[in-house]
Amino acid sequence: MLTKRIIPCLDIKNGRTVKGINFVDLRDAGDPVELAEIYAREGADELVFLDISATEEKRRTLADLVYHVAEKVNIPFTVGGGISSVEDVDVLLHNGADKVSINSSAVKNPQLINDLVAKFGSQCIVVAIDAKVIDGEWIVHLVGGKVPTEIKLFDWAKEVEERGAGEILFTSMNHDGTKNGFANEALAKLSSELNIPIIASGGAGNMQHFTDTFINGKADAALAASVFHFKEIEINDLKKELRSKGIPVRL
Amino acid sequence: MRIVIINYGAGNIQSIKFAFKRLGYNALLTDDVEEIKNADKVIFPGVGEASSAMKMLRQSGLDTLIPQLKQPVLGICLGMQLMCNSSEEGDTKGLGIFDCDVVRFSNEVKVPQIGWNAITALKTNLFKDIVKTEYIYMVHSYYAPLCKETIATAEYGIPYSAALAKDNFYGVQFHPEKSSTVGEQILKNFLQL
Repeated sequence: MLTKRIIPCLDIKNGRTVKGINFVDLRDAGDPVELAEIYAREGADELVFLDISATEEKRRTLADLVYHVAEKVNIPFTVGGGISSVEDVDVLLHNGADKVSINSSAVKNPQLINDLVAKFGSQCIVVAIDAKVIDGEWIVHLVGGKVPTEIKLFDWAKEVEERGAGEILFTSMNHDGTKNGFANEALAKLSSELNIPIIASGGAGNMQHFTDTFINGKADAALAASVFHFKEIEINDLKKELRSKGIPVRL
Repeated sequence: MRIVIINYGAGNIQSIKFAFKRLGYNALLTDDVEEIKNADKVIFPGVGEASSAMKMLRQSGLDTLIPQLKQPVLGICLGMQLMCNSSEEGDTKGLGIFDCDVVRFSNEVKVPQIGWNAITALKTNLFKDIVKTEYIYMVHSYYAPLCKETIATAEYGIPYSAALAKDNFYGVQFHPEKSSTVGEQILKNFLQL
């Protein structure tokens, strides 16, 4: 039976992890490779690296990071942030990334999804969607959720699937950072309208939120950052809790 | 031990090389016929689309070489699928090593299957020392149905082949290089075959 996935997300700037990370056993709190190894050992099912840097050096640094992560880490990982071309993706996959995630670049140029899928296959193309409720309607946002578009979430998600994406990473800007739980209603709608896996993101605060997003939100995977980085939730404890609620997990 | 990873332009092979490196072995990426013939162990990787991968194999003549190999060969993911008679993906004729036909998952389940699934009914020494229910990482839209060569079963809507074996040929639908310590055990086992 396929299990539900728990995915810690690491924000990367110039090849280093950002946001305070509260790991006492970490020699270098800014080293993404070391942190990734720890998460892999603790039972994370996948990792997401989100590059938020915006320098000229960016591409090279990110490609190097991917290489070093792939060298050390024995679970799959996705890389996202500023990826906008077939060439970008080629370098990252070649260096050992399992999947890439694209966001704003896909909204600006939807054909990019088709091009990437044709060249690399659906299985490694994740489309990240940031959305927020405006006047009762879920609207897609760009630039890390800062800039609204005219596009409706469910229309865009459908289009993303039709263009061949293998997976959707949906972040609710209404829930992100609140620690009040995931956007389960929207997630459940995505999951029933589409036939590709949906990763829930934004709002994780406690273990119950994960149970809720798998049961009520029908999510296939759940992503979180701070609750894991600050050790508010231990991955192993979380999985035991989920299993006790009848949710299939890898333990 | 000489381990080669067949390099025919398909997929994420860096990860397989790294996985062997973590086990203390240096695997060679090559498309050289002599290197492949003389290796102790051969890895046949594959990620991507079946018909274009098969086309690349034919262009390099590897389609005739692979079925003739005598040493242990391990096909991974699309590599395993291409070792079957055929694949529904791109209406592709395979290498015909395993007597089964690869088909697409029905829309009763989400496609692609992405994530960790349990493997059961384990046979052969490829799964030596794997005693409890273990989970491995799968990413695929097409699958090999159960057949007489099935040596591991997974379930996604229906039971299907998570691994196949015939003579010196082995194939795994999952990614041992991405399947944590269980994957490492399976790769170690393969090296001991």
